[in-house]
Amino acid sequence: MGNEIIDGFIKALQLILSGDHTVMEISGRSILVSGSATMLSVLWGLPVATILGLKRFRGRFVLKGLFNAMLGIPTVALGLVLYLFFSNAGPIGFLHVLYSPPAMIIGQAILITPITVSFITSAIESIDPEIKDLAKTLGASETEASIAVLKESMSGVVLAITASFNRAIAELGVVLMVGGNIAGFTSVLTTTIALETNKGNIELSIALAIILLLIVSVLSVSINLIQRRKT
Amino acid sequence: MKNIIELENITKTYGNITALDHVSLKIRQGEIFTIAGPNGSGKTTMLKIMAFIDTPTSGEIHFNGVKVGDENRSQIRTKCTMVFQKTALFNTTVYKNIAYGLKLRGFSKKEIDERVKDVLGFVKLDGYEKRFAKKISGGEQQRVSLARALVLDTELLLLDEPTANLDPKNMSIIEETVSRVNRERKNTAVMATHNLFQAETITKRAALLLGGKIVEVGTAQEIFRTPSKHLTSFARLENVFSGTSRILKEGTSLIDVGDGVEIEAALRKSGKVSVFVRPEDIILSRKPISSSARNVFKGRIVEISDLESVVRLRVDAGKQFVVQITKRSFNEMQLNVRSEVFLTFKASSVHVV
Repeated sequence: MGNEIIDGFIKALQLILSGDHTVMEISGRSILVSGSATMLSVLWGLPVATILGLKRFRGRFVLKGLFNAMLGIPTVALGLVLYLFFSNAGPIGFLHVLYSPPAMIIGQAILITPITVSFITSAIESIDPEIKDLAKTLGASETEASIAVLKESMSGVVLAITASFNRAIAELGVVLMVGGNIAGFTSVLTTTIALETNKGNIELSIALAIILLLIVSVLSVSINLIQRRKT
Repeated sequence: MKNIIELENITKTYGNITALDHVSLKIRQGEIFTIAGPNGSGKTTMLKIMAFIDTPTSGEIHFNGVKVGDENRSQIRTKCTMVFQKTALFNTTVYKNIAYGLKLRGFSKKEIDERVKDVLGFVKLDGYEKRFAKKISGGEQQRVSLARALVLDTELLLLDEPTANLDPKNMSIIEETVSRVNRERKNTAVMATHNLFQAETITKRAALLLGGKIVEVGTAQEIFRTPSKHLTSFARLENVFSGTSRILKEGTSLIDVGDGVEIEAALRKSGKVSVFVRPEDIILSRKPISSSARNVFKGRIVEISDLESVVRLRVDAGKQFVVQITKRSFNEMQLNVRSEVFLTFKASSVHVV
């Protein structure tokens, strides 16, 4: 057994170093799908978080609580709901996106939206409220003042985006349910690792797991380094 | 003289709390005006309303004779700028902090460079452009805040306790800069402070704000030299004595404040009075000095408090007096608790509360 694991590691490293086609293709798709999902969640999450962080309105606490509660949403449950929506009998079945990368992107984007919104909101809230008044007294309009606050909270925003991406690329439930792990089309790191391990193809699984860990840690470390240099 | 800003019946409430209560005030063009008052009296709220970053609950504001409303507020806001008490800085370089308002106003890079350099010279921070604003000392940060406001050359400058918590060196740089800018550019400045000494030295007119209401408006001299009950209530004036006064034939009054202490005052008043003497108006000496001053008391030091550049001493001379002297005098005189000293002050340094 011990030998099998060591063997698996060695073969995994060979696969990575030789630039194996399958390994590269799956890794690339994972980054592309989760990267797009992150962009999408930022696209709609950033304005929502800015409003939640800066404006005081009725129902703000309820909305914030809702996003916080959804932070721990089980991926399989969300995957099932999305499957039902995307399936031919579902309300948006006519789009025929089930088992395709767009479905995976939308699914992941929805999954990570609570993270994007909650984390960016608290990053904005942590900024001294006087910054907005400061920008205004220096001549900024309401929008320009909000941008100034957003800029001040940039390190928190970047952290939120990183966390969102990490959650997306590491999750299994949603991509499995709406992507289906079709080889060469919708298979990504997590789905392939799960499937190949079951099939006993241990070295490919290890190779992909190493890559997954590398992506997540390299991204986190480099973001950290960039932030430190800036302050 | 023309008024730059007029507040008429301004009230501001936050929920159940009334921060400003029917405040009316006219600020003249080109003056340095002080709003004095204790913490929580509404000074900051008043400045924020005058800076148009907060709106009153009721009341009217006129700026250069024009009534300010929702339609013109943001445009008029660019003619004023405010320096906050708690130094607020953008998390970037000194240069970018100061350039922010200029960029919004569409100045060219070259113009911005020049103005930033000039204004840094003004606040004695030459060459600080590339330093990180949050990594310089507190006093320097406050000077950056001031520079960032001054660089805009607005008609009205609002300063919220600009020297609170600063050491004497930074304090005097800020005071000098405010006075100099007012002198050279004729811009109007309104400063909130609880430092009465500062209020008196650099401003001509002042208002006293207590509990959201303006209780006095007048020249700084009127307000601070002959303090009313309002002022004493928040300034916690020291050396306040009450007693019975009788008019002497020389024209002054002698006030018996008890414990064998009689204070001669340059006023004509008999009966019950309360008077005070400023700690810095009392001369402290080891031996009795011969002078024109009418009041001389012998006593012992009972308490010494070191306030950086000055030293405050509590002297028991029948009644306890607080005396303020410079640190240098304190060291030269080699004073200690229990040292025997003489206190001397003029009859005209005795003020009625």
